[in-house]
Amino acid sequence: MIPAAFEYVRAHTADEALAALQQHGAGARVLAGGQSLIPAMRFRLARPAVLVDINALNDLSHIRIGEKVLTIGAIARDVDIERAPWITERRWSLLHDASRVVADPVVRQMGTVVGSLCHNDPAGDWTTVALAARAEVVVRGTGGNRQIGIDDFLVDSFTTATADGEMALAVEFPVPDDRTAGSYQKVERKVGDYATAAAAVQVSLNADGTIRSAGVALSAAGPCAVRVADAERLLAGQKPTAELIRAASDAAWHRSEPQGDLRGSVEFKKHLAGVLVARGLRQAFSRLGVQA
Amino acid sequence: MKVTVKVNGVSFERDVEPRTLLAYFLREECRLTGTHVGCDTSSCGCCVVVMDGVKAVKSCSMFAVQADGHEILTVEGLAEGGVLHALQQGFWDQHGLQCGFCTPGMLLTSYALLKHNATPTEADIREGLAGNLCRCTGYQNIVKAVQQAAEVLRPTSAPIVVGGATAGGQPVAVSK
Repeated sequence: MIPAAFEYVRAHTADEALAALQQHGAGARVLAGGQSLIPAMRFRLARPAVLVDINALNDLSHIRIGEKVLTIGAIARDVDIERAPWITERRWSLLHDASRVVADPVVRQMGTVVGSLCHNDPAGDWTTVALAARAEVVVRGTGGNRQIGIDDFLVDSFTTATADGEMALAVEFPVPDDRTAGSYQKVERKVGDYATAAAAVQVSLNADGTIRSAGVALSAAGPCAVRVADAERLLAGQKPTAELIRAASDAAWHRSEPQGDLRGSVEFKKHLAGVLVARGLRQAFSRLGVQA
Repeated sequence: MKVTVKVNGVSFERDVEPRTLLAYFLREECRLTGTHVGCDTSSCGCCVVVMDGVKAVKSCSMFAVQADGHEILTVEGLAEGGVLHALQQGFWDQHGLQCGFCTPGMLLTSYALLKHNATPTEADIREGLAGNLCRCTGYQNIVKAVQQAAEVLRPTSAPIVVGGATAGGQPVAVSK
């Protein structure tokens, strides 16, 4: 399986990449890790006329924790997150869990977080994590940079709010406070497969033990990653209990609209959505020292 | 498009189409057919090579133009002066292969794994090789082979080292 012919542009600066993307419009695609795009090109599911390779843009390989946000550049690799020194801190447990189950260890050497968001596969991992953690994507076009909240960024299957001639430069995750923990729960047929179902949760507690905020999202439960807003609403302000977790799990079951395929039936995937949200919440609370 | 890729220490300058995948560049331009193409879709790991001394990559999911100016290590570059690399010797001694199709990828993934973690636990090895499929062995002997190589390559275990230490990310030729 050989990809269709394309023109290759190696960008040396973000401006060069943008100029090429603007020149070629809808026919151009950014090549970052390529771990989804290149297989898609081999199947000829993708046939870009021009590939703009950004792998030489070393200034986009950064992973920086500031006071308020963690910034992950467009060519920071999955493995760089997996091996980051801060990844074992409790507040980053959602990213920690996900970084170890994205694709397989070799694919993670090349694959990127931002590329995965831009690819926006319905069964992707980072899109689901970004929803639960309320990330924002930094996109650059002719008019300079703009920040797009992840809910608006993920438009539809394999479609994002990035317009032709624009490029995602980075993703920003808000730095959670000390009383925050998360969990990523994924069921896959084998290592490296897309999720049969997966759930991302992140919860922050108040000093009195009540839930200040919660993020709950599902993978493989709709045209792209979906936020379970009902679960987030019913968790907020409450004390973590088994009944509360059950209610959030039910909300996930209702929100999940999967497609039946070789990985499982609609009924099975909906069931998993509920189970995985419950498991994720129990683990997140347990990481915060709360048994619920 | 002109590319120059250093493969196992030898520079290959070729004019290739941008759509030429690194795996096919290695097999058809460099005539190094030890790099196998199994699934074509980044799932099986048979095509793994090591880039720039430390990074295991699936050469079926990377274009040759992306390797321009980089160094690639393939299975043909592991042995030195007719002496098997400790990993190859491990696979030999522990019966870490049957049909051998997955073996080049297993070796190169293990090579990068040991560069990153010289003292892997059994779980580290199983996790590190999770992107490489073998349909023959059931993996047990592959894990043992990597354990043996890790033991041999471990600096403190002071085996007989032929050809110097791990300087420059070059393979170390070791005999037991």
